[in-house]
Amino acid sequence: MGWLEGISEESFITTTLEQAINWARQSSMWPMTFGLACCAIEMMATGASKYDMDRFGAGAFRATPRQADLMIVAGTVNYKMASRVRRLYNQMPDPKFVIAMGACTCGGGPYYKYGYNVVKGVDLVVPVDVYVPGCPPRPEALLEGLMRIQDKVNGMKDLTKNQPIEVPIPSRTGYVHLPPELEDMKKANDFCIKNKAKAAPAKA
Amino acid sequence: MTSAEIIPILEEKFGGRIKSKKLDALDPFVVVDPADLLEVCRFLRDDPRLHFDLLNCISGVDYLEPDPKKAPKAGFEPHTEVVYHLSSFAHPGQRFVLKLILPRWKDDKPGRIPEVPSVTSLWPAADWHEREVYDLSGIWFEGHPDLRRILLAEDWVGHPLRKDYEFPLEYHGIRGR
Repeated sequence: MGWLEGISEESFITTTLEQAINWARQSSMWPMTFGLACCAIEMMATGASKYDMDRFGAGAFRATPRQADLMIVAGTVNYKMASRVRRLYNQMPDPKFVIAMGACTCGGGPYYKYGYNVVKGVDLVVPVDVYVPGCPPRPEALLEGLMRIQDKVNGMKDLTKNQPIEVPIPSRTGYVHLPPELEDMKKANDFCIKNKAKAAPAKA
Repeated sequence: MTSAEIIPILEEKFGGRIKSKKLDALDPFVVVDPADLLEVCRFLRDDPRLHFDLLNCISGVDYLEPDPKKAPKAGFEPHTEVVYHLSSFAHPGQRFVLKLILPRWKDDKPGRIPEVPSVTSLWPAADWHEREVYDLSGIWFEGHPDLRRILLAEDWVGHPLRKDYEFPLEYHGIRGR
């Protein structure tokens, strides 16, 4: 076999450059220390010892956007803050990722109807990669969101093919199959009418 | 001293300038004219029997039923109130409530917010309270040293806690709904 013989016993692996870079990148996501409201408390819990975000390489919360590549928007974004959020996003070096954490950042949450100064979803301000719903989300949910980001980094081909980042179909998807009685509009309508009839009070 | 004992002292001092009083409310209060506010407040603060040296809060209340169908049953005419909650360190537990009743718009011209004399000269704590009332309820405090918006952005239009406030559809390029 010549010089290749026994080479795998000497801690030697072969991979592509892109895979190696993606692997390094996804294993060292540095989030920005950036909390706006109560979700930030949950984000702190995720970073602390019990849930330990550092297991996934994302424990180095940076206090400046220049050193961060992941922005976890944790909490209610109002119009006054929105310009600051956008500015911080612009200050982050590429490639950068955004997690919208919590109901308020996903779509306004409880402030959707009567919140006169709340942005109805942070995706109106910065592009969002992963939405983590919940009010606030459990730390496990945020970790799940981080893993989605890592999946996304893993699928990046911008080094070799210079392709835009696309989300790969996640291996652990949260997709819910609808039950057969709700699978199309007509069936769902019938189901609702039937249920309403069932729930009507009995006539005396 | 309870409010029921404080009101006669005020009536003795100011007579007919105390416009109305309500003793059976949970927090008994008196109503004065905005023009008499500073004088009454100074008396409340400096009189040794009363000595209200703490201004707890200033509230702006907008009385308006925006739904024209419900308006006849609302039980009030459209108006705005400013409520001052006072208490005393010198006489612990002593509290008092003072109200001003204003038109919703100055001279009944929509867009012109009503004016009230500022009490910052008596209680410095009134500074931020008055800014907040101005910001959210739209009441101008005449004589305030620095009456800017305190919570909302400086270029905000309107006063959101007014009942006829219309939500912004767009703010600096961000969709409102």
